[in-house]
Amino acid sequence: MLLIPCPWCGDRHETEFRYGGEAHIARPEKPADLSDTEWGDFLFMRTNTKGVFAERWYHSHGCRQWFNVLRHTVSHEILAVYKMGEKRPQLKKTEANS
Amino acid sequence: MSKYSIFTIARNALSHHKNWPRQWRSPEPQKEYDVIIVGGGGHGLATAYYLAKEHGLTNVAVLEKGWLGGGNTARNTTIVRSNYLWDESAAIYEKSLQLWEGLSQDINYNVMLSQRGVLNLAHSLSDVREGVRRVNANRLNGVDAEWLDAEGVKEFCPIINISNKARHPVLGATLQRRGGVARHDSVAWGFARAADACGVDIIQNCEVTGIRREGSKVVGVETTKGFIGAKKVGLVAAGHSSTLAAMADVRLPIDSHPLQALVSEPIKPVIDCVVMSGAVHVYVSQSDKGELVMGAGIDAFNSYGQRGSFQVIEHQLGACLELFPIFSRVRMMRSWGGIVDTCPDASPIIGKTPVEGLYINAGWGTGGFKATPGSGWCFAHTLANENPHPLNAPFSLERFTTGALIDEHGAAGVAH
Repeated sequence: MLLIPCPWCGDRHETEFRYGGEAHIARPEKPADLSDTEWGDFLFMRTNTKGVFAERWYHSHGCRQWFNVLRHTVSHEILAVYKMGEKRPQLKKTEANS
Repeated sequence: MSKYSIFTIARNALSHHKNWPRQWRSPEPQKEYDVIIVGGGGHGLATAYYLAKEHGLTNVAVLEKGWLGGGNTARNTTIVRSNYLWDESAAIYEKSLQLWEGLSQDINYNVMLSQRGVLNLAHSLSDVREGVRRVNANRLNGVDAEWLDAEGVKEFCPIINISNKARHPVLGATLQRRGGVARHDSVAWGFARAADACGVDIIQNCEVTGIRREGSKVVGVETTKGFIGAKKVGLVAAGHSSTLAAMADVRLPIDSHPLQALVSEPIKPVIDCVVMSGAVHVYVSQSDKGELVMGAGIDAFNSYGQRGSFQVIEHQLGACLELFPIFSRVRMMRSWGGIVDTCPDASPIIGKTPVEGLYINAGWGTGGFKATPGSGWCFAHTLANENPHPLNAPFSLERFTTGALIDEHGAAGVAH
C-alpha cells in the first residue's frame, strides 16, 4: 500500500485516495477542430511510462482535492507531490534514476 | 522431436528417466529472420507455432528477455472460457476454446485442460439481467451457456453460501460447462517444444532494446545479443507493450497495472468448478495439487513492479469468505503479481501498427491466458498474410480512432 503525502492533509494511506491516471493531459481548447486521430489520441492514448510517471490522485476520503504526484512505476517510490495546474517539477538526476 | 507416448514413457523408465532429450534447443540468434516475435510467453510461442504449422513460415525467432513463460503465462489463475458478450469477442474466444479442446493432441503435450465448468455469479437484479442477456448472446453465437438460479448454483457447487442474509446474496449464475482450467506452464512449454520442432529459434535471455527502422519500414531489432534483422516484427510482450511500441514511436491506449493472485495451502478436493464473482469480486478454483487458486482486482495505479498492494488481497479474501464461509481457516501460502496491459474497452489489440512490418498483439488486460491459442492463431495469420483474419480484424489499433470499441468490461471478470 502506498503512503501518499496529500499536499493539504499530509501522509495518508492509499485507501483514502482514488487514482486519476496520467497527469497533464489537457482537454483540447477547440475540440471541433481536431482530426479523428488527434481526438483518439486525447481520449485513449497514454504514455504508460516505465520509470518516473506524472499522475493524478484524488483524496476522496479526505479533503476531496485533486493533486499531481511523481511516482516511479517500478519501485513505487513517490518523488514529488504538487498541486493541479502547477508544472511538473524537475528532479535531480539521482532521484530520476532511482 | 521425440514424440511423447506411453511407449516412450515405458522405454525411458528402463533408464530411470535420465535420458529424456531436451524439449527445445537454445540456439544463438541468426543474422536475419523472416519474422521475429518479441516475447516468449504463451501468446508469442503460440504465434510462432501457428506460423510454422498453418503458414509454413519456419525462419522465425522468438526473443524472450527472461525465461520461457516466466511472465504472465506463469502468473495467472489459469481460467479458460469463452462466454463473452459481443459477437467479435465471442468469435475469437470461442475459436480459442476450440483450439484448447484439441491442443494436447495437436502439440503432443498434456496441457491438462479440465473443462469443469465456470460459474459467473449474479448478486443483484441488474447482475441477473446482465447474466441472462449474456447467456442468450452466447447461445446466439454458438457458445454453450446456461442460466442457473440460486438453487441450481448450490447444486452445481455445494459449498457456496446462497443464504439471502449475505450482504450480496447469490441470486443466480451463468454457467459455461466447457470452461475450466489448464496447466499454464505446460502451455508455454508445449508450444515451445512444438514450435522448436518446426524449426523456430527460441532465444532466451535476449532483451529487445530498440526497434530499427529504415524509412517507415522495420528492418530488425536491437537486443542484448546484438542486432537481429527481420522482415516483420511482432510485439507480444504483455506487461511491456507500451515501452516496446514506444521504441518505434507508436502510442498505445494501454495502462499497465499489477494484478495479484494467491494460493492456499493444499487441501482435499472441495470445489470442482471455477466460481467467479464480479460483484463481491473474487474468482476461485482448486488446482490438481489441492491449492485454492484465487484472484481479484487490479491495483488502481500504473505499475511495472510485478507486485500489488495488501489491501487488494484483504478485499478479495473478504469476498471469498462471503461466498465460501467454509474457507475461513484455510491459510494462504503464496501471492504474486503480474503486470496486465489494460485497454479502455477491456478488449485486446491484434493487428498492424502505423509502422510497416511492425505488428502488435497486446492489451489482453486481465484475461489473456484463456485466449492463448486463439490469439497466436490469429496473430500468425496476420503476420503471414500481412492482413488480419476476420476474427481479429475488429481488434485493430484503429478502433481507437474510428470509435468502434468492443466494450467487454462486463465479461472481463475483473473490474478495470
